[in-house]
Amino acid sequence: MSSDHRQPAKRTRGMALAVVCAGALASVLAISSGAASGATNWSTATSAASGGGLSALIKAAKAEGTLNVIADPKNWADYGVEISTFEKLYGIKVNDENPLGTSQQEITAVADLGSQSRAPDVVDIGQSYALANASLFAPYKVAEWSDIPAANKDPQGRWWNDYGGYVSIGCNTSIVKVCPTSFAQMTNSEYKNDIALDDPPTTANSAFSGVWAAALSNGGSLSDIQPGITFFRKLHQSGNFVETPGLPAAIASGQTPIVIDWDYNNAAETVLNKAKFRWTVTIPTDASFAAYYAAAINSKAPDPAAARLWEEFLFSPQGQNIWLEGYARPIELPTMIKSGTVNRTFEKLLPAVAVAARYPTQAQVTAAEAVVAKGWAASQS
Amino acid sequence: MGGVAVLERSLPGDPAARRRRGIPRGAWLGIAPFALYVLVFLGGPLYEVVYGAFTTTGGSLTWHNFSQTFSQPQYRSAFEQSLKISVVTSVLGGFFGVWLACAVVTAGPRSPLRRIVSSGAGVLAYFAGVPLAFAFIATLGRYGEATILLRHIGIDLNASGFDISSLTGVELAYTYFQVPLMVLLITPALEGLRPEWREAATGLGASTVGYIRHVAAPVLAPAILGGLLLLFGNAFAAYATSYALVGIYVNLVPGWIQQLISGNVLVDENGVGLALGVEMIVVIAVVMVAYALLQRRATRWLA
Amino acid sequence: MRRRRRRPRLWRVAILVLAAIFFLGPLASAIRFSLEQSNGRDGLGNYTQLLHDAALSSSLATSLEIAALTTAIMLSLMLPTVVWVRLRLPRLALVVESISVLPIVIPPIVMAAGLATLQSHASAGLSDLVFSSPLTALTPVYVILAMPFAYRSLDVGVRAIDLRTLVDAARSLGAGWPTVLARVILPNVRTAVLTAASLTVALVLAEVVIAETLLYTTYPVSLVNAGQAQLGVAVALSVLSLAITWMLLLAISFIGNRGASRARIGRLL
Repeated sequence: MSSDHRQPAKRTRGMALAVVCAGALASVLAISSGAASGATNWSTATSAASGGGLSALIKAAKAEGTLNVIADPKNWADYGVEISTFEKLYGIKVNDENPLGTSQQEITAVADLGSQSRAPDVVDIGQSYALANASLFAPYKVAEWSDIPAANKDPQGRWWNDYGGYVSIGCNTSIVKVCPTSFAQMTNSEYKNDIALDDPPTTANSAFSGVWAAALSNGGSLSDIQPGITFFRKLHQSGNFVETPGLPAAIASGQTPIVIDWDYNNAAETVLNKAKFRWTVTIPTDASFAAYYAAAINSKAPDPAAARLWEEFLFSPQGQNIWLEGYARPIELPTMIKSGTVNRTFEKLLPAVAVAARYPTQAQVTAAEAVVAKGWAASQS
Repeated sequence: MGGVAVLERSLPGDPAARRRRGIPRGAWLGIAPFALYVLVFLGGPLYEVVYGAFTTTGGSLTWHNFSQTFSQPQYRSAFEQSLKISVVTSVLGGFFGVWLACAVVTAGPRSPLRRIVSSGAGVLAYFAGVPLAFAFIATLGRYGEATILLRHIGIDLNASGFDISSLTGVELAYTYFQVPLMVLLITPALEGLRPEWREAATGLGASTVGYIRHVAAPVLAPAILGGLLLLFGNAFAAYATSYALVGIYVNLVPGWIQQLISGNVLVDENGVGLALGVEMIVVIAVVMVAYALLQRRATRWLA
Repeated sequence: MRRRRRRPRLWRVAILVLAAIFFLGPLASAIRFSLEQSNGRDGLGNYTQLLHDAALSSSLATSLEIAALTTAIMLSLMLPTVVWVRLRLPRLALVVESISVLPIVIPPIVMAAGLATLQSHASAGLSDLVFSSPLTALTPVYVILAMPFAYRSLDVGVRAIDLRTLVDAARSLGAGWPTVLARVILPNVRTAVLTAASLTVALVLAEVVIAETLLYTTYPVSLVNAGQAQLGVAVALSVLSLAITWMLLLAISFIGNRGASRARIGRLL
């Protein structure tokens, strides 16, 4: 290199040093100013108020910029609309991991992903999973906390019920002449190769509840799920039961003309297939089994403010009504009907219930799961 | 083989001291990156699986996971079903794959037919899982296109007992990717069949059947068996297609592993899932050793 | 060589027709389903959805990145190894090929189980470094998965050329090893390299088990997810991926025949 190049090199080196120093100074100033303003540590805030109010929460959430949710399928109780509405309102990008995942997979993800930035911020899981894993969650009380009945929330605020539904019978009227309205009817020979669950009951909460509903209609009880397994064994032996999981693909192709699933899931199928056939939703007249899902915040959430803002959104009348539009029953339904904030059109569209619903306890759920885990495969062989 | 010695002589500038028998030490370095990569990225997960299968969550050695896999009926029946489906579909896929490859290879390497089938085989060998299951439901399901077509010409599939949502249906769906895989694997061997051998056989008075029996089959046998073994491994590892078609009605080992590691069945049975994984590896390893031995015999004829 | 036009034998025709029905039938049904749009009319709406759906197109971009990186690593690892074995360690050829087939011994679900366990045991730093992005977490594994067929393709290609003569000639003219590899060997095994590359890309765009278990939203995973709410789109895109990869492999089979005209090229596929 000739000597002419050396002078400019020294000058650029000096300039580089100056830029670096200025940058360092600026960042030090920024950090100290942040600390000086007393910013809330949202990962330990137990309510919006304690963190400085809703507007402070919104600001912090926007600063975080992303929210990781998990196992929220677009067509499950209108989660797709919840997500897109939230994104538009606050400009926060929502990442939906594993939309087809189960409750247990949500828990496993929370445990496995630890403090990675892609760990789930919030979960929406079956009741028994919330009870069993409460230690993973951060206590938080949404603004409408008092509107949630005491039986539907953890006293410390680690989880609380969000929406629920009834086990229902979905039916393709183009294929099935007379849709069954009860479990008893399903054993008729006209339903050969027609009836399916949405997934094996050993893995899916919805199918597991379907088996329990069948148990209730056949002399079982919340402490005895065996009649449900016997019922499905009978269905299998008579040829009425189709082994294919009643997922959207199978429903659309006509492979599973009758599917037992949550009423909001069957209602979503009605909308999905309305161009091709009519999918009716009825709640069985001889068994009424309902369950609420539970919302919780990951105590190690990578976006703690966004997580809390999401919950605030879901439990505001707007968020609750979106679930209602997905044909699910939001937990605040009674209060919203009283205060008039409910979406009347959709409230009327909820399927009629003949028998009052019964909710099992944690112990009953665990016992029933064990029975199904052992006996299901044998019943279908 | 005197290849190494020839090579050393032809490389200019090599010190005469290098002229000794055996593989020069420096040559080993050449495959070091490859070996190291495999060790880290294949060995790593493998180590985790084996370690987790033999230890409790606390870290102490245990036989519990393996004993569960042997004692619980659902895992035993899963192995039975997995093995059964793998054997059936590899034989079916192998049989039809060989004939399809024959039909195509005789067209010559540059024919458009050959090109289409070969590239198609490369693609369809990977077409499995949910898309495949759906394609079959859309074709042979209760209201599938083919089912309806056949009904028009008087054949009622459903009445005759056929059901895509059954073990038979799953086996049929598996064949869809097994056959292309066999085509991919057997084509090089078929190419190795010299036309001179066919001419010589015909010249000696052999019929086509005779040629196949005495010349082609013995030469191809190791390659075919090797292909069958690979097909077996392929089917043994699959489960998504089956799950989408029949849920857990067809009970398969990989399906159980998936359930256990995501904790779907019983919590904290992760170790049992890993134990099942180790057992799967053992089965396939046995199969692979057989494959390697057969390959050695196959290359003798085709080199 | 005599080029007598032989009568197409009956058995060949029968097999080919049967194969065509069996393999194209389900695809035809799937295509027909994919043309039914959600508004009730038939059209290509499901296919153009890819352009509108941000989630789908971003997952496609991710998968393509992973595919490119995997192919690059695979080639730079495998091609020199194949050449080296053929050149210097021919007696170890079988051993090395057996190692390259090892990945088949571990079923994808078991691999996924091992990786998931690895992730949960990893320290926070390692976890963030490797597992936070599918590009860093999945690529190394996909190279392993691609190894068996890639090695086989490259090996057949390298065996088909007169390796020793080429290398000796190049070396005697003073070329260093990198030049030998890049400018002498590579052009002659173009078809093999392209085949190995496209099989790798096909694998990355179809691999679901590991990506799903580790909770990454790659293109094939998002296709499966789309099956819940947008079934027509999911089917359309599966068909599209299939068609594109098929075209790609078909195109490669045409490229290869210029240059090395040995009939052995046909053995690659």
